Order: sequence, then C-alpha cells, then structure tokens
Amino acid sequence: MSDQPTTTSGPGGTGRMPLANRAVMISLREAGVGVALVVLFLIFCVTAPYFATTDNFTRMLGQVAINTVLAVGMTFVILIGGIDLSVGSVLALTTVVGAVIMVPEVLAGFAPFALDPVISIPLAVVACLLVGGLCGFINGFVSERWRVPSFIVTLGMMSMARGASQVISNNSTINGLALPFIDTGNMIVLDLVPIYFLIAIATVLIAWFVLRFTVFGRFIYAIGNNEEAVRLSGHDPRPYKIAAFVICGALAGLGGVVWLLRLQVGSPIAAVGYELTAIAAVIIGGTSFTGGKGSVIGTFFGVCLLQVLNTGLILLGVTDNWRVIVTGLVVVLAAVFDTYRSRIIAALRST
Amino acid sequence: MTTSSGVDAPVPLLEVRDVTKEFPGVRALDGVSLTLLAGEVHALVGENGAGKSTLVKVLSGVERPDAGELFIDGRPFRPLDPQEALRAGVRVVYQELNLLTFLTIEENLSFEDLPARRGLVDRTELRRRAVRLLEEVGLDTPPDTPVEELGIAQRQMVEIARALLTDARILVLDEPTATLTPREVDRLFGIIRRLTGRGIGVLFISHHLDEMKAIGDRVTVLRNGRWAATRSVADVSVAQVIELMVGRAVTEGYPFRVAVTQGEELLAVDGLTYRGNHEPISLRLHAGEILGIAGLVGSGRTEAMRAIFGADRATGGTVRVDGRLVEIHSPRDAVAAGISLLTEDRKSQGLMLDMSCAQNTTITKLAAISRHGLLQARRETIVARELIDALSIRTPSPDQMVRFLSGGNQQKVVIAKWLFADSRVLIFDEPTRGIDVGARFEIYNLIWDLAERGRGIIVVSSDLPELLGICHRICVFSKGALVGELPRERFSERAVLELAYQNYLDAASIAARARHMGSESVS
Repeated sequence: MSDQPTTTSGPGGTGRMPLANRAVMISLREAGVGVALVVLFLIFCVTAPYFATTDNFTRMLGQVAINTVLAVGMTFVILIGGIDLSVGSVLALTTVVGAVIMVPEVLAGFAPFALDPVISIPLAVVACLLVGGLCGFINGFVSERWRVPSFIVTLGMMSMARGASQVISNNSTINGLALPFIDTGNMIVLDLVPIYFLIAIATVLIAWFVLRFTVFGRFIYAIGNNEEAVRLSGHDPRPYKIAAFVICGALAGLGGVVWLLRLQVGSPIAAVGYELTAIAAVIIGGTSFTGGKGSVIGTFFGVCLLQVLNTGLILLGVTDNWRVIVTGLVVVLAAVFDTYRSRIIAALRST
Repeated sequence: MTTSSGVDAPVPLLEVRDVTKEFPGVRALDGVSLTLLAGEVHALVGENGAGKSTLVKVLSGVERPDAGELFIDGRPFRPLDPQEALRAGVRVVYQELNLLTFLTIEENLSFEDLPARRGLVDRTELRRRAVRLLEEVGLDTPPDTPVEELGIAQRQMVEIARALLTDARILVLDEPTATLTPREVDRLFGIIRRLTGRGIGVLFISHHLDEMKAIGDRVTVLRNGRWAATRSVADVSVAQVIELMVGRAVTEGYPFRVAVTQGEELLAVDGLTYRGNHEPISLRLHAGEILGIAGLVGSGRTEAMRAIFGADRATGGTVRVDGRLVEIHSPRDAVAAGISLLTEDRKSQGLMLDMSCAQNTTITKLAAISRHGLLQARRETIVARELIDALSIRTPSPDQMVRFLSGGNQQKVVIAKWLFADSRVLIFDEPTRGIDVGARFEIYNLIWDLAERGRGIIVVSSDLPELLGICHRICVFSKGALVGELPRERFSERAVLELAYQNYLDAASIAARARHMGSESVS
C-alpha cells in the first residue's frame, strides 16, 4: 500500500481502493462499540445468573426499544452540532396526550364526545408524533431564529414539556388504555421479541437510510462538518437544522407510543433522565459531539451496550448506586476512546 | 553542492543533524541537516509537502524525530513537548495563529506568564508589558482590544509581540507574511532585523522568494523531505532557488495569456453599499476577463466581495448578471444567479474537511446527482472523477477526505465545486495564499482556462506581482473606497500602490513608498 496522496490517481487502477477504504471507515467507527457489546454480552452470559434466558432477553429488548427511538432522534441533532435535553420530558408529555385520547373517562374531562378505539388509537399515535414534532420544531426554530444555543432552548423545553404533562394529567398517571392497544403492546414475536422492538429497529433502519442515501442526510453531515461552508455553497442551513430537531421531537413522540405499548400507562413522571441515556448512547456509538461524524448504527450499538451493562450488573447483584457510577465511567471511557479512534482511522487512511 | 556558509563559524546556535521523521505511509523528513547561527536569518523554502512544517514541529517539540539529533549551543536538545522547547528558547509563530480570541491583546501577550500579585492578575504590569511590546512591533491598537476584533495582520503582530516577551533565542516564523500587506511586511522585516541584532537566530519560512532575498542571510531548500541545498542568499537568484525547489527549471514570472476576445458585460455592480465605513462600490466584469482587486488588508476589498456574493448583507445598490437585475440577499441567491465566491479561508469557510473530495465537490448542486431526494452514488463518483481529472487534483480517490490533501489540492477542490455549480462569475479571494510555487501556477492556469471559456473572474489578492501577472484589469481599494482602475497597459506596482495608499497617506509619502517598493520587488 505505498499509494500516496501525492501520486496521481490512475484511471482504472484505483477503482477498488476507495470501496475497501470506505468499508474500513464504516466498520471502524462502529466496530469498536460492536466488539465491546459482544464481549460484554458474552461475559454476562457466563457470569450473571438468569442473564442468558429468553425472559431476560425479551425484557432487555423492551427497554432497548424506548432508548433506541430517543437516541436515534438525538443522533440527528448531535450530527448537526446541537443537543436536545428535552426528549425525556417530551416523551412524558406525549404519553399523557396519547393516554388522554385513548382513555374515554379521561377524555370526557377534555371533550364532550367519546371516541371508538378504532379512531382513538390511530389518533393517539398521530397525536404523540405531532406533539413531539411540534416541541422539536419549537426547539429548532427558536435556536435558529434567535441564535440561542440549543442547550438552553431545550433545557427550557425540558421544563415546559414536563410541566405541561403535569397540567394535562393533573399530576397523576392515566390507566385504562383502549384494549386493542394493550393487546398489541403485549404481543411478543417468536416468544422473544416484543412487538415495539420492531418499531425501534424500523426507526434505526429508516434513519440509517435517510442519513446515508438522501440529499437531506448529506446536508445533515455537511452542516455538522462546516455550516459556514454549506451556507457559502449557496444553501440555507437553517431549514435542515430545524428539521433535525423536528425529527428528534417526533421520535420522542414515537418513544411515547412505545412507552404506552410497553407500560400501558400515561405518566407525567415518565422517562426522567432518559435524555442523558440517549446522549450517552450516541456518544458511545461514536458520533462526534461537535457534529458531522457518526451513524445511527453506532447509536443502536451504544444503546444496547448500556442496556447489557445495566442488566448484567443488576443480575450480578451490584447496587443501584454503583451501577450509576459504572455507567458514567463507560460514557467517559467511550469519549476518551473516540479521540484514539480518529487517530487510528487517520493512520489507516493514510496507508 | 557544497554549502557556502564558508566561514569557520563558532558553535552554531542550533544544529539539526540527519533528522528523519516518518508518518504512516510518508517519510516527511529524510536525513535533513541545517545550522542556524546567532544573529542570522535562515530562510527555509520548499514546496508544500517538502518537509518544512514537519521540521518546525520537530523543533518545537510537537513531533519527536525517528532518527537524527538536535543541538542548541552544541548541547543535545531533545524536546519532548512544546513547553520544553520553549524553555530551551525555541519560539514558533505558526501560520495558524494561536491566540485566545475572546481575550484582549494584553492578556494574550502575557498569557503564558501572567503577572500576578497576591494571586490576582496584576493589570498595571500587564498593561506596561503590552504597551512596550506593541510599541516594539509598531501596532497602535489599544492593548485592551479583544483579539477577535483584530484583522489577521494585526493578530500576527500580536503573535510576534508575544514571542518578544519570552526570551526566545531561536525564533521560527512559519509563513509570517502570508496575510500581510507590503507596509506590514516592511515593519515585520524591521522587527526581524532588530531581533537578529540582539543575537537571536531566525528561521524564516515563506513561499515568497523575493522576501527570502530581502531578509535572509542563508537559505536552505528542502525537496520531498530531503535537504536539497544551503546557499548564501547573496549568491543565489530567485530562479535558481525555484529550480532547486522543484528540481527542474521553471520560467520565472507569470506567462500572461491574452484573452482572444473580451465578451459581453457579465457582471455590473452599481452603487453597492454594505455595513461598515466605506463608499458605494461600482464595478464591471466582462466574460473572459480576469479582474484584479488590489488594496491593503482592511481596505474593504473582501467586504465588498462578500457583499456582492450575499455572504454579508448588502444595504443598497444593484447587481446585474448578463444585464438582468438580480436580488441578492444570501449566498443562495448569488449561486442561483451564477456567482460564486472562493473564500480566503478555505478550511473554515470553503471545505468540509472531514468529508470526501466527491462530497465537497457536489455540495453546490446536489440536485444534479440525486433523484427524488435520493443520492446517486455512482453518478457522484463519475462527476467527481471528471473534475478531479480536469483539474488534476492529486488524490488517491474521490473518496479521500479533503483534510488529507495538500493546500493546493484543497484549493482545487474548492474550484471544482464551483465548476460543478456552473458559475459564470467566480470571485477568488486570495486564491494562492499558503500554496506552493508549483501548485500556484496550476491555479493560475486554471483561472486562465476558465476565462478563456467565457467566464468572468475576479481575483482579490495581496500579492501584487500575482495580480499584475494574471489580470486584464485591476481595481484598487483604498480605505473603504474603490479609488481607481488600471488597464493592463498601465500596470505597474507603483501605479497600484499609489492608488492603494491614496486614502491613507499624503502625496509625499506615496511617492516615497512607491520608490521604496519598486526597488525591493523582484519581478
């Protein structure tokens, strides 16, 4: 491999190189987390009692589902160099909104009519996505229009959405969702995979496709890489940045739907602190905190890694407090590792 | 091939002996040796990639050599980190300046050694030092000005002033004049002479070979990581140095190509006003024409171009392209009208460094490589390959990250992206800044090719010989106003400089200035 950047590329001879090179890039970004995930998984399979049981796998997949949906949305925002602290609160707000629509007795307190489950269920789902998307839009619009850092805007939204969920729910959980919805939530495919895990997987795949193969995705990476260059190339970056926040918000809404499917209760205290898990997963997954680099596949691995770690430690009898400490440590280690990963990639690229 | 340092000098201040440094896949330095004497200005020249930057990094302790030795005063010098090199008296002023932009000039000057009294910053001492240092470098900006409010040239002066504070014995200046106007270069040379008078050794790195002639005592040429020659500056001509650098003879000067015919009026700017203190700007550009924009740094040239392009809002006036009035409120409008701006600062404004050549090239017109919002990777690669070949961009593949290309090739990627956008008017702001001699001429040839194909080119540049060499016409800015225009028949450094200084100086000093510049220039 003595091919230097200084040599002129031949017309045909280099055709194979870039592909191989690109493959190395992709695998390297995600392989680190992937390998760590597999190793950790195997360790716990051997050491932690009950870890390697179908029941446990089903439970883990269920928990992974919610975090995955949130973290995928977070990936979009972090890729453009932003942050969204409001996803946990927005999720809670949407569970409350969805539950209100799906529970006739509660809905009666808001509207003078009752809804048939055939209508109320899809309506609730759509409402969750819309409310989430709207919150995301507000985050994006305010931070772009008035150039407020997204950290601040979403910190405000975190408070406001939580407050709104408390107002709407009157500070109590809402039970008694429509039966067909509950039945759906209880479905387990092949006695192993909860139905809502499939929602999470679909989210990952669609997001992966969008980021990798669409013009929109190209702009997300380009803006994260150098927003000014994009602007001076004749494009307004703002709509794309706002769109990233809308996607993140809407996915928080989808997270609300998954929450309702899984826990069957709308709750104003749902998902407290989940935004931090989502951010941690994105970083562990290799997405650059300054934007422009990363992928949702890495994010998914990041979510899984955190989950395996968490469950494994619980099953090993590690107390809550220590678990939190270990999780935090892993996040920091991942960030440290990330700087070395860039160097490894650079070294490999230049050979 | 013997060095002509001649005199049996005492122990050199700095000796570099057989230094080799390898990076993955590249031997950046290959057995390089040189000596720096006290009180000497030693010019270090070579094309980009010749190993100059790596040598600087080795000296400053950023990189450790794989083989070879360094000596200061004959004693071994093995810096493990930049702090150690600083303590040993080696001070590097990098091309990319290392200033804390939110802090003030005085804070930056003393940052490495803040004067303190009882744990608090001693502001009186801070000011005292700053006043003395600024005086010494001739910068008359108040010391409490935040660095972010300074232009690049002023920042450079601050950086050099900072070097004066510490007791540096070896000063390495990496492309110190890249952004300076002739007047500021003069001032810098004055400072350098004062420093060498105190026995400081200066390693001077520059692409401007005429500056090497003007300030250097000896010159060392590096080529492909190897030592090519060390000569006494007095004994060597610029042409000989260039020959040593590229390893083959190149004709000096700028072989100007006369456009066959000059076409229709392509761009007409009338009464353009924009934020800032300046006069309204009007100018014309024809198809096939290369229009130069000259002026001192800070004369408003870049600002005017940014306003035409919509990068900064214009507040009044009209812009016509092909006779049609266009409303330009943003770069987007300008691009749609066929105008492009190749910014001065490629890395921060022109390129997405961590993305590929192909991705950087196609960003201007993604619609052409996509259908229904889906990217067509194959088409993107084909398009990128074509442009890479057309501009002979040296990259192993279109997928190579732009970060890993040389400055000249990065500039070509920027040109490629605007060719892809099919712009009819291309505004180049400092197109060859930081680019080595060989690549420069490739860029000039590209500019000529574009003009010959009927595009209109505007070149903003601080490099006067460059403008005189490649332009059909030159407009000159002075203190925020477009003060004059010179057709090619009337080109001379003196004429341009007289206009450029018109609003700054009284008549007498203009004449003196022009005489002075005329005598020092080489072309």
